[in-house]
Amino acid sequence: MKPAMANESALIARILAGETQLFHDLIRPYEKLVYVTIFAILKNETDAEDGAQETMINAFRHLSSFRGEAKFSTWLVTIAMNEARKRLRKVKVGAEDSLDEPQDDAEGDYTPAVLTDWREVPLAALERKELREKLREAVATLPEKYREVFVLRDIEELNQEETAAALGINVTLVKVRLHRARMMLQKLLVPYLKNQAPARPGLFRRWFS
Amino acid sequence: MNLECRHVWQHISGYLDHQLDPELLAAVQKHLDTCEVCSAVLDSTRNILILTADDRTYELPVGYSQRLHEKLAAVLASGSPG
Repeated sequence: MKPAMANESALIARILAGETQLFHDLIRPYEKLVYVTIFAILKNETDAEDGAQETMINAFRHLSSFRGEAKFSTWLVTIAMNEARKRLRKVKVGAEDSLDEPQDDAEGDYTPAVLTDWREVPLAALERKELREKLREAVATLPEKYREVFVLRDIEELNQEETAAALGINVTLVKVRLHRARMMLQKLLVPYLKNQAPARPGLFRRWFS
Repeated sequence: MNLECRHVWQHISGYLDHQLDPELLAAVQKHLDTCEVCSAVLDSTRNILILTADDRTYELPVGYSQRLHEKLAAVLASGSPG
């Protein structure tokens, strides 16, 4: 067990034994993770903050059900994701998944935007800030199940196993949905990407071998 | 192994995450080296991930942490976890 995890286990044991004030210390490293997770789904600061508070309170109330099989952070993200889903459902009551949403089990049915001349798309180059705004809008339009995976994998940088655990799905489905999400975003954003986001290998090692 | 474009697209995500097995990786790489369409798809997808990483540094609302811990303090004082 890693030192951080051993320390967390010890903290959790003491909290359950009655030293409830230690819960503040337990969750402090994850305040941002929880907020960002919920914000990425809800796109609203007030709702995200309320949701983050509710997540931490729920985590405290159900702390005895944390078995230490998953990482504590993954367990928290699971609660945060459920909280975000609950709030999202309140917003769009009765909304059904779109009929033309691709099914996970259909293979090879998703094509990216293939503009052979996409490098020449004559759109005014957007400022990076505007481009980020476009990205956020595009992420917000993804169907929920794809957005969740994209948020956890590419925004939160959880690994596949953690993402699978947090969403209660298997790793294969994580891969399939992540791929779909990225291809949907590619399709939505390709007109704006001309000469933007130059590769910076030093900063973003993950996508450069 | 020779791949068509539509097969390569299925592996863009796996390629970016370095998850392709060696044989498939070699075939995808060979295709990408010569196909401008697919390398454009790859570049644009990678750019989206770079932008996403870039956007990750945004600030939390002012006072978020303080309000969170104040709210928690009230709950923690009310008893032990279940």
